[in-house]
Amino acid sequence: CNSSYCRNTDRTIYVGHREPPPGTEAYIPQRFPDNRIVSSKYTFWNFIPKNLFEQFRRIANFYFLIIFLVQLIIDTPTSPVTSGLPLLFVITVTAIKQGYEDWLRHKADNAMNQCPVHFIQHGKLVRKQSRKLRVGDIVMVKEDETFPCDLIFLSSSRGDGTCFVTTASLDGESSHKTHYAVQDTKAFHSEQEIDALHATIECEQPQPDLYNLLFLSKYLYFGMFIFCRPLGSENLLLRGATLKNTEKIFGVAIYTGMETKMALNYQSKSQKRSAVEKSMNVFLIVYLCILISKALINTVLKYVWQSEPFRDEPWYNQKTEPERKRNQFLQAFTDFLAFMVLFNYIIPVSMYVTVEMQKFLGSYFLTWDEEMFDEDTGEGPLVNTSDLNEELGQIEYVFTDKTGTLTENNMEFVECCIEGHVYIPHVICLGPFKGEELFFRALCLCHTVQVKDDDNVDGLKKSQLSRRSRIYISSSPDEVALVEGIQRFELLEVLSFDSVRRRMSVIVKSSTGDIFLFCKGADSSIFPRVKEGKIDQIRSRVERNAVEGLRTLCVAYKKLTAEEYSNAQKMLQNAKLALQDREKKLAEVYEKIERDFILLGATAVEDRLQEKAADTIEALQKAGIKVWVLTGDKMETAAATCYACKLFRRNTQILELTTKKIEEQSLHDVLFDLSKTVLRHSGSLTRDSLSGLSTDMQDYGLIIDGAALSLIMKPRQDGSSGNYRELFLEICRNCSAVLCCRMAPLQKAQIVKLIKLSKEHPITLAIGDGANDVSMILEAHVGIGIIGKEGRQAARNSDYAIPKFKHLKKMLLVHGHFYYVRISELVQYFFYKNVCFIFPQFLYQFFCGFSQQPLYDTAYLTLYNISFTSLPILLYSLMEQHVSADTLKREPSLDVAKNALLRWRAFIYWTFLGVFDAVVFFFGAYFLFDNTIVTSNGQMFGNWTFGTLVFTVLVFTVTLKLALDTHYWTWINHFMIWGSLLFYIVFSLLWGGIIWPFLNYQRMYYVFMQMLSSGPAWLGIILLITVSLLPDVLKKVLCRQLWPTATERIQVKIFFCVISF
Amino acid sequence: MAVNYSAKEEADGHPAGAGPGGGAATGGGGAVKTRKPDNTAFKQQRLPAWQPILTAGTVLPAFFIIGLIFIPIGIGIFVTSNNIREYEIDYTGIEPSSPCNKCLNVSWDSTPPCTCTINFTLEHSFESNVFMYYGLSNFYQNHRRYVKSRDDSQLNGDNSSLLNPSKECEPYRTNEDKPIAPCGAIANSMFNDTLELYHVENDTRTAITLIKKGIAWWTDKNVKFRNPTGDGNNLTALFQGTTKPVNWPKPVYMLDSEPDNNGFINEDFIVWMRTAALPTFRKLYRLIERKSNLQPTLQAGKYSLDITYNYPVHSFDGRKRMILSTISWMGGKNPFLGIAYITVGSICFFLGVVLLIIHHKYGNRNTSADIPN
Repeated sequence: CNSSYCRNTDRTIYVGHREPPPGTEAYIPQRFPDNRIVSSKYTFWNFIPKNLFEQFRRIANFYFLIIFLVQLIIDTPTSPVTSGLPLLFVITVTAIKQGYEDWLRHKADNAMNQCPVHFIQHGKLVRKQSRKLRVGDIVMVKEDETFPCDLIFLSSSRGDGTCFVTTASLDGESSHKTHYAVQDTKAFHSEQEIDALHATIECEQPQPDLYNLLFLSKYLYFGMFIFCRPLGSENLLLRGATLKNTEKIFGVAIYTGMETKMALNYQSKSQKRSAVEKSMNVFLIVYLCILISKALINTVLKYVWQSEPFRDEPWYNQKTEPERKRNQFLQAFTDFLAFMVLFNYIIPVSMYVTVEMQKFLGSYFLTWDEEMFDEDTGEGPLVNTSDLNEELGQIEYVFTDKTGTLTENNMEFVECCIEGHVYIPHVICLGPFKGEELFFRALCLCHTVQVKDDDNVDGLKKSQLSRRSRIYISSSPDEVALVEGIQRFELLEVLSFDSVRRRMSVIVKSSTGDIFLFCKGADSSIFPRVKEGKIDQIRSRVERNAVEGLRTLCVAYKKLTAEEYSNAQKMLQNAKLALQDREKKLAEVYEKIERDFILLGATAVEDRLQEKAADTIEALQKAGIKVWVLTGDKMETAAATCYACKLFRRNTQILELTTKKIEEQSLHDVLFDLSKTVLRHSGSLTRDSLSGLSTDMQDYGLIIDGAALSLIMKPRQDGSSGNYRELFLEICRNCSAVLCCRMAPLQKAQIVKLIKLSKEHPITLAIGDGANDVSMILEAHVGIGIIGKEGRQAARNSDYAIPKFKHLKKMLLVHGHFYYVRISELVQYFFYKNVCFIFPQFLYQFFCGFSQQPLYDTAYLTLYNISFTSLPILLYSLMEQHVSADTLKREPSLDVAKNALLRWRAFIYWTFLGVFDAVVFFFGAYFLFDNTIVTSNGQMFGNWTFGTLVFTVLVFTVTLKLALDTHYWTWINHFMIWGSLLFYIVFSLLWGGIIWPFLNYQRMYYVFMQMLSSGPAWLGIILLITVSLLPDVLKKVLCRQLWPTATERIQVKIFFCVISF
Repeated sequence: MAVNYSAKEEADGHPAGAGPGGGAATGGGGAVKTRKPDNTAFKQQRLPAWQPILTAGTVLPAFFIIGLIFIPIGIGIFVTSNNIREYEIDYTGIEPSSPCNKCLNVSWDSTPPCTCTINFTLEHSFESNVFMYYGLSNFYQNHRRYVKSRDDSQLNGDNSSLLNPSKECEPYRTNEDKPIAPCGAIANSMFNDTLELYHVENDTRTAITLIKKGIAWWTDKNVKFRNPTGDGNNLTALFQGTTKPVNWPKPVYMLDSEPDNNGFINEDFIVWMRTAALPTFRKLYRLIERKSNLQPTLQAGKYSLDITYNYPVHSFDGRKRMILSTISWMGGKNPFLGIAYITVGSICFFLGVVLLIIHHKYGNRNTSADIPN
């Protein structure tokens, strides 16, 4: 046993904490964490500082904190309360939310950490809390219990040293999996025996990879005999899995607490940000620039204006001594900051809160959707992140997996072909061939059929009866019969399946002593390794089946001599023992063993299309979304599926970019030929569309395979790597559908990345159901997992998970569209209403000697964004439906593509509308008040009445503007819009109605009531609201009439339909 | 965040519920029924809704209606505004010919006070009640340093604030270590010209009664402004320990002889304390009530204005005016509102016509192209 394996990067575990016999190895005590699972972020003590730190790391919060601090430090126009209160509100709400979540996590953690676990200590069974478990402890787990940490399986109550587990809570696969006890210890059944074990385990440091084999080696000491034994993932029991059908097992803890595979897998994935969020940040920067320039302009003008001393300090308004003595530049800087503070509301705190709330609450509509609930599986859509809701409406490329996503992944046996003879179910066979027997033997040996104990058996009798009452979970009784034949063979080695090799093999020893290797796998991975058999006949049959969209599987075998077998066994053993690059070494060994096959035959199974897959793809294409199918399947099968699901139509011209073609011509030529075909067509297309004759345009479908793709992606020697890629992208852009077959999982992600980073930066969506789709799901802008049969891996790593592919249609065309329209209006409206809010303050500076005098009262400044104008827009952004969901499904309109509602044009329109309204408010009030009397009793109004008038017009205008934009008036909308206006009035009456005892100023006392008692103020308010809303109404009507968008056409159409009925 | 976490928990079956015995509950079977979403109109986004759309057809009537309502209102306001009599005299005395020119550079404490008289003629008689205003220009009552330089608690009669005014009043907070009552720049710079109006008929000057009550807001006079409270009603005693604002000739408790118009509740003071919105403003000074129904309040004819010129405005290039005005239901003379209403009404009407044309020319094309589909 080579102790050079023992390295610092591995951990050494002494089973039962028994040190090795002295002299064998230096005893290096290692420190391992205890078995406490900590999913919580905070503790009671560090919650406030840590949470505050986390929150202020967000730029917006930090900005508001700075503003607040500036207000505290310097003498600013508005009290620190105006920005402190909203900030405090936001911070508190977030902190409470996060604190509550963390409290739940603490509770869950505690429940976990305190649940009892059975330990073996000094040969006795002891109950302890789970968190006291240490690495090296021997644990006993009973049936239906969850493993408290990652264990090495020592022995079980079952005689054969196996146990069954379900990993439902880890990856959602509810099937029972068999694990094997370590050979040398499987006979230890009592606590005493186990306790006497003297062994050391060496294993890798903890890694999050759940599925790949981890390498373990174990050294056992029995007296003076030392020998080692390789361990594999079949010996490892993961925390979170549940023991089934096994009375009890013993295991030794190797990874505990936060180092268990499950805990390591909880780490969150990288954050994806939506296009809307990006444009929001750009707009924020624009507004920050506007803010700074406003403050600068005012500061400069202030000093120009003040250059006359009688203006700076007239006799009636003297400065204090410290003010006079202050340094000029410091004073100027303070003034600049004061202006910043005065105008800082242009970047609203509440926008972030509202956007967050909109996304959070809005995502419930997705999970609530009845149409997206799947009755069969009892699953509805899952929202793993609500950050990307609006991105769903922006998708330009959909990359979909084929098997399990487009198809049901429910295989139906169609036919088999043995040595060139075709067999179809329910047809009488002609008679047994020699090959036939071997073929079925291969089929039944070369897999891992699951065995299940009969659960109804009484616990005591179970061990005796278990052998007889096994149920084979298999599709037909015949097959079970075949499987039972396995007893005649002894299984020597399993060369397990992986998606790179695309095949699996078994080495068996028959009762006669012959050693066979049976292999089954995809045709592409079998044919090159075959040396004899009826290759041509079978190949033609396989190809025919593939064209019909059937899945084919080839079966081959070879006979091994005893020498060959022992060679192979040695190589496998060595590879399995390797601590480093084990997978690579194993793959190499497999490669060496699996060759020179004799072809037996092929099977064909049909994978039916998912219901409405074709309908969904058609709808997506109609919406201008390009659908790409990425599959590991062979080209013919995949192409047949594509025809079946209407990705390719009969008139689609198929362009092939496959290995076969590249072998004929060089890649260069193929690419140029294709691009010529496509571009010539697109050139004529533009001409056609000009003459209005583009009705029957030719569309292209591209088929590319993995090998060709890697050629394209490979950088060329001369360094001009981008060339082929660009050409390839150019071709893809002009194809309505692309099929990529023979893709390795990583290549799927590569394709997605290629498109994602192409020069148009399209928004991509990847959808898949299996572990092999995870990489592309993580890569795409939006990753969607199908809650499917191949486990929950995809769903777990996705941003959204849906039960069926057909749900994608409603998700993208309806929900995504709504989310996008809603949030873009939300963002634009927020900026608009704050321009309206702040611009009058800016204008007022010109009339108050640039003294930073606020136009509005503190309460109005504070509450404008929090309560007067926040709820209607929040509600709008949750409820708005500018066209109905049915219409969207029927006629997927495209007005929102490419972030259309947040382009610069729209942004500038909204901003100018805001500026216009602000000018109307301010100068309207100005001319109304300028040197005249507006009351019927001759008394005069002051500056606060002026501000209140502007503010009243402002609140009404922005709320009514939203009302004009609302296309879907439910009672809740009415309630919110009119309610918030009413709230403003009630609040103002109350705010001005009382001498507030805790305030040191009473500037608003009766101001609002006095204003309402004035006729001209009423007339002015009505006039100004009308004038402010007029341009927007006019723009809406004219645009709709003269240049209607697709959405507007549909709206009008439905409107008239409704009217005419 | 929350979604992230909880959804993940659901997907993973976070081991929270996966303890001994709890393992079965994490299985999908039991949860099926609860996961099925409710079929409520709200959750399915199918609430009954009114779905208006703004088309030329629907907006047209609104434009015409707005036009038809606004134009008459505008005309009404305009006519009312034109019927209002207003007379304004600038008595700053910038021009050398002005009688007040001699007082131009007056200072606060000039004794005896500078006085001047300006004669003027009213062309038309003022029929109803007349309101007398003083107007200041280029006076920044809305300057931030000025606006906040007051202590509302002190003015509300709070005894502790009386003796310890707010910091905001600096540099007009204390004088010679005594707190100033009323403190602050606003109070300190209170307008203190005295204006008297005489009707001149055949060289005889008849003084016109100027009423000094009712010029401030009722709520200000009765609630917001209050004299300090204490034993007795003797204001001099109540203001003990305070000093007068620097620029004032006499303390606050000597503003007026009448006790209900003295101290903080002096109406001239209250009017001044309501800071104006714009640098050119007017403030109500006196009321002239109509005596009888038989003759107008102010007949057409010659008048003279006696000014006790105390308030210096020349240093900051200011102007002082005296304004006489009648008031209608919509206040004083204000051509803006009427013109604006007429203009907006006309624009709406015009747009209505334009839209009608567009609707006829293009509207049919749109709808006819769409409806057959």
